[in-house]
Amino acid sequence: MIRDQEFLKDIASYCIENSKKLGATDVGVKVIHSVSENVSFRNKKLDESNRADSFAVNLTTYIEKKKSSINSSDLSKSNLEKLIERCIDATKITPSDENNSLPDKDLMSKEIRDLNLYDETHYPNDKKIEFLKKVEEAASTDEKIVNTEAGFTENKNNFILANSNGFLSGYKTSNFSSSCVVVSKINSAMERDYEFGSTRFLQDMMKPEEIGKIAADKAIKKLGPKKIKSEKIGVIFDKRISKGILSTLASAISASAIARGTSFLKDQINSEVFPNSINIIDDPKIEKGLGSQNFDSEGVETNSLKLVENGILKNYLIDTYYGKKLNLKSNGRSGGTTNLYFENGDLSFKDLLNLEKKFLYITETIGHGGNIITGDYSVGASGFMVEDGELTYPVSEITIAGNFKEMFNNITLANDLEMKYSTNAPTLLINQMTVAGK
Amino acid sequence: MSNFFKETDIDTSQAEAIVTETLKNCDDGELYLENHKSESIVLDDNKIKSSTYNSDQGYGFRAVTGEVVAYSHSNDISKESLRKSSDNLKDTLKSKKGTYNHEIPKTNSKYYENINPIESKTFDSKIDLLKSVNNYLRSKGSIVNQVTANFLGEHKSIEIIRSDNQILKDDRPLVRFNVSVVLEKDGKKETGVYGVGGRQSYDDYLKDGSWKDVCDEAFRIANVNLESKPAPAGEMKVVLGPGWPAILIHEAIGHGLEGDFNRKKTSAFHSLMGQQVASEGVTIVDDGTLHQRRGSLTIDDEGTPTENTVLIENGILKNYMQDRLNARLMGTKSTGSGRRESYKHVVLPRMRNTMMLSGKYSQDEMISSVDKGIFAVSFGGGQVDITSGKFVFNCTEAYEINNGKIGSPIKGATLIGDGPSILKEVSLVGNDMKLDPGIGTCGKAGQGVPVGVAQPSILINKMTVGGTKL
Repeated sequence: MIRDQEFLKDIASYCIENSKKLGATDVGVKVIHSVSENVSFRNKKLDESNRADSFAVNLTTYIEKKKSSINSSDLSKSNLEKLIERCIDATKITPSDENNSLPDKDLMSKEIRDLNLYDETHYPNDKKIEFLKKVEEAASTDEKIVNTEAGFTENKNNFILANSNGFLSGYKTSNFSSSCVVVSKINSAMERDYEFGSTRFLQDMMKPEEIGKIAADKAIKKLGPKKIKSEKIGVIFDKRISKGILSTLASAISASAIARGTSFLKDQINSEVFPNSINIIDDPKIEKGLGSQNFDSEGVETNSLKLVENGILKNYLIDTYYGKKLNLKSNGRSGGTTNLYFENGDLSFKDLLNLEKKFLYITETIGHGGNIITGDYSVGASGFMVEDGELTYPVSEITIAGNFKEMFNNITLANDLEMKYSTNAPTLLINQMTVAGK
Repeated sequence: MSNFFKETDIDTSQAEAIVTETLKNCDDGELYLENHKSESIVLDDNKIKSSTYNSDQGYGFRAVTGEVVAYSHSNDISKESLRKSSDNLKDTLKSKKGTYNHEIPKTNSKYYENINPIESKTFDSKIDLLKSVNNYLRSKGSIVNQVTANFLGEHKSIEIIRSDNQILKDDRPLVRFNVSVVLEKDGKKETGVYGVGGRQSYDDYLKDGSWKDVCDEAFRIANVNLESKPAPAGEMKVVLGPGWPAILIHEAIGHGLEGDFNRKKTSAFHSLMGQQVASEGVTIVDDGTLHQRRGSLTIDDEGTPTENTVLIENGILKNYMQDRLNARLMGTKSTGSGRRESYKHVVLPRMRNTMMLSGKYSQDEMISSVDKGIFAVSFGGGQVDITSGKFVFNCTEAYEINNGKIGSPIKGATLIGDGPSILKEVSLVGNDMKLDPGIGTCGKAGQGVPVGVAQPSILINKMTVGGTKL
């Protein structure tokens, strides 16, 4: 099972001591152990079982302002000794950079709050199999479903983060996730869709019947899609993809993109980048949150941040290195956002769909067509036409395109936010995008 | 003899005994051992941003019976750990009974040398070259806003221990050198990216100042994009340039021809074997045997020697790409396409170097035949939904074509099409087949593996271009 804190602390301390002995002036180290068990089913039969037991050490050594890193999966002291030597050798000949340093001591996390991130329950493989049978049973009630795949993964992690300024802390986390992917078929045309659930605690997992049924319903609804004409139209983003808008925002306001000058939101701090009804929060201290953490990947204390308040960009996501470049203090976002979400809008889902006579409702995007430097956006998409508030027919083989700056300014939010992922958004409408089709 | 048990409490023959005992009632399986060293050195914003060395070693123990795969992996190579994995595999497959297939082809061919690129160039000289790249690009004027350059090098040693004490080995070098530049002019910013690589030492790609060619190409692309206009939206003719644009073939056709999706009948191609799926002039192969190419392998990750697999010949679908499991279940032979990202991952049928072969037309003939369309020269990434067949890729350098002439550059746009029908829309195949520069990584089921692509220029009659201009 998962190794305890003492075992990981011993390795971390060994790395710090040995690095200092060989000449490091500062040292940061992370030691991780994770155990993962996965079972997958296909068409109601066992398909794969997979057990993973992995260790990792990530070590960074500094000699004044010079820095170098090593990663290894072999925790034996003989191996670590060799690698530390290699790391120090590389550090000595790496050019120095005045911004290289450990985080300021007064910013470090001082106490660990129990955020309820670890469920010690072990879900044995035969239970996982029972669960998956129910998922697939529920997924295959309609004869249009021709293939079902379902999986259940249980993860347990423990880690220690330490540095040579005396920081030494870590905690256990767990994750249970289950997914169902199905293929529907009519004549010779097929469509695929999915549903999944991911939780810190086993007891919070979605019901298996629900996972299977949702996946099947979605895949059947997608059958027989049409390609529509090219036009400018309001585009509604389903909750599964609306969170992507927040991920784009997160990349664009990361201190690295701002400091390097490679963000379309450079120099936009304290400016209005969204309509004034919009608030965006990043809160690391949500109990059982999938993105929750006590401190960031450098050990810096991390607290709730209002990134956008009344449409105005209020904060960047700052780590130590790029913070120094920008003359700003780290706000505990080394490693990125935590639990990131839009506060709910005013409209119900139904009211949003009824704002205009006709919308395009997107349930899936494909491709990586977002450019953080220019803000240009163009991706493949599929979904449904909405006419008079109703989803009328499925649509595919089209693209949607625009520029994030304009898109951000034209967002209307529904009030159906759910905390299902680490980044969450309600259904949202972007007024006027270019759809390319026939 | 294995090289993996030297500093452990277990020797080769004891490990072989565990493998044989574990797999005795299975159809297939092996103990896969891997030692992976890699480095990454990044220059960014005028500084050496990071230098990282990774050292990873471990095993993946696999047992297969019928359609069921049991897998257990660990980075602890020891008697106890292997025993635990063995128990885990036997427990999963306890109700199954199979017959082990001992047959595995042998090869004497080698498609790359056993060199360690990390050690064959000094750390100092890598740092110096990155600095030279930065100085060289920034000397092109104040228009240069940002320069990023990096070395990625690795050496992977693998051993495959099969049930009858056969040990198959391979040592794989791989490097990649990449340059990205951001230019700024009149408040407008654009990026250009270019890279080179393959299974040789860094200097094979960078000697005699050829690193400057990489910089010049990245600079040229960014410069072109500074002049770009909004891309058109809608269906039109598309001319693809030779080389890297073949990721269209990779996405549109390649993934759909991987054995697992066809055995499971979830690929849009599963019922099309022997049928016309492309225009007559189209022949596509997946070749693992090209010397020193990024996607080449001497043996695949199950120990099968790779080959040149014909996928589509003169428009007719001929073969799928197979690993051992899917080949067995479909009653055919492995094509040497069984690959895994690392010992932490199960084997899947994957592409190697996917290539459309040359036809007889010149690129000029194609462009002059187009009234209104686009000419796409370089791409970023792509993606496919193998079930619906819909695929996309993003242009990073493209131009409009008006009345048979190349016009202004256009902004990056996504192109979308339908895999099973796109090759029927290929009306002209060029005579200028080119390999990509050695930069591709393919993702499938969360696993990334290095791949190559190649194609001549091609003219596609109709594709949807996802621009903003109606």
